Amino acid sequence: MNFSEYLKNNIVYLDGGMGTLLQARGLKPGEHPEKWNISHPEVITDIHKRYFNSGSNVVCTNTFGANSLKFNDEELEEIIKSAICNAKEARALSSTTHEKFIALDIGPTGKLLKPLGDLDFEDAVTIFSKTVKLGVKYGVDLILIETMNDSYETKAALLAVKENCDLPVLVSNAYNEDGKLMTGASPAAMVALLEGMGATAIGANCSLGPKQLTKVAEELLENASVPVILKPNAGLPEVVDGKTKFNVSPEEFSQEVTELIKKGLRIVGGCCGTTPDYIKALTEKSKDLKPVEIKNKNLTVVSSYTKAVQFLNTPVLIGERINPTGKKRFKQALIENDIAYILNEGVSQQEKGVDILDVNVGLPDIDENEMLKKTVCELQAVLDLPLQIDTADVVAMENALRIYNGKALVNSVNGKKESMKAIFPLVKKYGGVVVALTLDENGIPETAEGRVEIAKNILNVAKEYGIEKNNIIFDTLAMTISADQNAANETLKALNIIKNELGCHTSLGVSNVSFGLPNRDVLNSVFFALALENGLSGAIMNPYSSEMMKTYYTFKALKGLDDNCADYISVAEKFTSTVIDNKKETATASENSSELQYAVIKGFKEKASEITKELLNREAPLQIVNGEIIPALNEVGVGFENKTIYLPQLLMSAESAKSAFEVIKEFMQNGEKAKSKGTFVIATVKGDIHDIGKNIVKLLLENYGFDVIDLGKDVPPETVVRTVIETNAKLVGLSALMTTTVPAMEETIKLLNQKAPWCKVVVGGAVLTQEYADKIGADKYAKDAMETVRFAEENAQ
Amino acid sequence: MNHTVLTKTYNDLPFDKKEILRYVDCKVSTPETEKLLNECIEEIKNKLSYKICFCVLPVKITEHSIDFDAFKVNSEKLSLNLKNCEKVIIFGATLGTEIDRLIMKYGKLSPTKALFFQGIGAAGIETLCDEFLKDIKNELNVNLKPRFSPGFGDLELTTQKDIFKVLDCSKKIGLTLNDSLLMSPTKSVTAFVGITK
Repeated sequence: MNFSEYLKNNIVYLDGGMGTLLQARGLKPGEHPEKWNISHPEVITDIHKRYFNSGSNVVCTNTFGANSLKFNDEELEEIIKSAICNAKEARALSSTTHEKFIALDIGPTGKLLKPLGDLDFEDAVTIFSKTVKLGVKYGVDLILIETMNDSYETKAALLAVKENCDLPVLVSNAYNEDGKLMTGASPAAMVALLEGMGATAIGANCSLGPKQLTKVAEELLENASVPVILKPNAGLPEVVDGKTKFNVSPEEFSQEVTELIKKGLRIVGGCCGTTPDYIKALTEKSKDLKPVEIKNKNLTVVSSYTKAVQFLNTPVLIGERINPTGKKRFKQALIENDIAYILNEGVSQQEKGVDILDVNVGLPDIDENEMLKKTVCELQAVLDLPLQIDTADVVAMENALRIYNGKALVNSVNGKKESMKAIFPLVKKYGGVVVALTLDENGIPETAEGRVEIAKNILNVAKEYGIEKNNIIFDTLAMTISADQNAANETLKALNIIKNELGCHTSLGVSNVSFGLPNRDVLNSVFFALALENGLSGAIMNPYSSEMMKTYYTFKALKGLDDNCADYISVAEKFTSTVIDNKKETATASENSSELQYAVIKGFKEKASEITKELLNREAPLQIVNGEIIPALNEVGVGFENKTIYLPQLLMSAESAKSAFEVIKEFMQNGEKAKSKGTFVIATVKGDIHDIGKNIVKLLLENYGFDVIDLGKDVPPETVVRTVIETNAKLVGLSALMTTTVPAMEETIKLLNQKAPWCKVVVGGAVLTQEYADKIGADKYAKDAMETVRFAEENAQ
Repeated sequence: MNHTVLTKTYNDLPFDKKEILRYVDCKVSTPETEKLLNECIEEIKNKLSYKICFCVLPVKITEHSIDFDAFKVNSEKLSLNLKNCEKVIIFGATLGTEIDRLIMKYGKLSPTKALFFQGIGAAGIETLCDEFLKDIKNELNVNLKPRFSPGFGDLELTTQKDIFKVLDCSKKIGLTLNDSLLMSPTKSVTAFVGITK
């Protein structure tokens, strides 16, 4: 019987700990346990055999850390080959007759993935692929990915397995006391991600004892439609009289795990501190239990790297603002590679209460594939909302889904054969909930019935690809009533049938309904209410529209989806306060213009932008810049140099100035352009990941009128030089915080001197001194951000 | 001798506002900086994880080197620091990834806040180390030397590799070492602490 067949009707027992047993047999601190496969095969074989004899159905090879980061190719192959050989030998030698399988054990790389660490996602996939291929080559029955404490690395490992074999794959994560992974994912989020990608079973292991992992196990059971694994520690280690003891006995361990088997666990074993005694106790204690049937939960759920968002009764809001259509400022941001602007759109929408962010960066003049990938990475570095990947470019879609940390909402597929052929395989491979538009080769049917027919066809084709209906959301296409006054009726009718008769979730781009009509907000919000009543599950909408938000909160309160009307009450107050705010605004209108200087100097960010907006009604943009903002900045700058003002105050005022500049920039979209003082290329050098100082310098330089090209951190010398040449920049700023990365700075300067001798280099960072700067050939050592600004001004043009 | 690596987790440790302001180079606090600091503390509260992994190893110390059996370190300054110690605590401590995310986020959106989170992290990891050493001193009923980290004096940063191998930091507390020997999460410390009776 193969493993998958056995799993169908049985409780599967894994093995227990390996590390603790090896230590007892002489493994030294810091020694690689994997090498013992070669140096002490008899010890490894014996441990495996004892597990088989204690009732384990599966032993995991001693390959937890066997990866190409720790071992060269030859060593790696030898280790994996011997490890599998030892496990097979143990199986042959064991005396019991139950079903026995061998799993290739894969642990984490020991490195943190970007953006938190320095390991690239694709490199991680490559590392895991090497291990997987060797496991397949030497013959295992299944693969166990375990002890992963980061969702992104877990995805890399699972992708590597899926791309290299068809073996069953169990995936188990290490959860903290707070019930989350180190990098923040909840069990529900992990189920979404892993089930979406086709893991055979999902679970938790290590870090804690069975009692502390109970909540995690229960959350997994609640959400998973595949078997759930639990492989806890024997509690926590303690040193008693110089000996290590784990504080949960085999008896307690087996008792607690058995209780969880009754609740539905299907694959159980032990991790650190557990021994064959624990497995024996467990198999005996639970031998009369029948496996609990695994129910298909039919959840429609997407996830980010921390949380899952489920489509259920409460409408899901999908923020539409990360999209250049009809937004000049956004287009400009895309063309200028202004990621901060895009991030800001994401953060503001999150603050308004959206559940998911739509991400569309399609523009004729930019490389959408690269831009989408970059935007998804940047958004996921700082925002924990799930994303809706919105592109018509299939290659860009695949690349974005591949690097997405979680289970994305995919926008979109439609009833055309070509579309389904391109999109469904991606959804199957990377996981995802896909938005399906009810149109096909013949266009959009006028009637609701026509659209429902297309929906049925899409469901049938999806099934052929192994995609069930819970992973499809239908968009019945809102179209403007200015062209066809019956349009909204048909859209709503189709929505209703799909929700209530086909039992599928739905979404709409709500605001399309009012295209071409005045005062669109009012129409949109009423249409939104009608759609919600007809079964709309998710709305792609503008969260800045207070009419739409009012409808959302009111609907929830009226439909009993808001406990104690708490959400309604909290926002209703804000709705009222907006009215008061408006009055306030009229008050500021009469205030004189030195208010702006005061706001900038004091660092009142919101106020600075409000006053600027008001001033633009009366004054020319450049007059505001030269008469208000620059004098305020100068006052603060001089104060900083004279030590009457300190760094935080300097920065707060710089940010206020920036928010004022942002208002002016928006205003000047079509008109005159402020004159730049020149291009300044800035970077934290290769090997260094500290960028706070660099960001401070960037902010100040921008305020003083420089075009700053920010290359980020860990930037290779070649990238700096290439950018300087491409932009013909006269000034370069390099930052390094560590003594170990100053050589990279020196190398960058050398290369600049060779290839771009016209440019001047200013350096800064914690470890630098004037002496150091002279030694590595910098033109200037700046002790702080203001000094860099002064140097840049002296050398501009 | 027992080399078991043990772990310790702390729940909420207090924020030392004075230290944080010192780290952000704010010699005179104004109502505005005070407000911002409170906002930042509010945002990070309950999101820091305070984790430690450690082991106690016997050592043989000469003038230039320290022999931990599992590995050897060459450093006159550390030898001096550990003089007369027979055992040494090696530990790794981290505040987790959330603070790094916030620093990253505000690095793009508000450098002032990024600076404050930087200060909160720097002060927080110090508090964690101090708390841990205070507890371990009481638990073992010993006296401790001042902690000494790779990068101090003549102790090379490459020592990090040995520390990470012995403590298995990534598995125990999610602390990793990158190619330039910097730690991720960044708000982390590894150190040697000599035990004296």
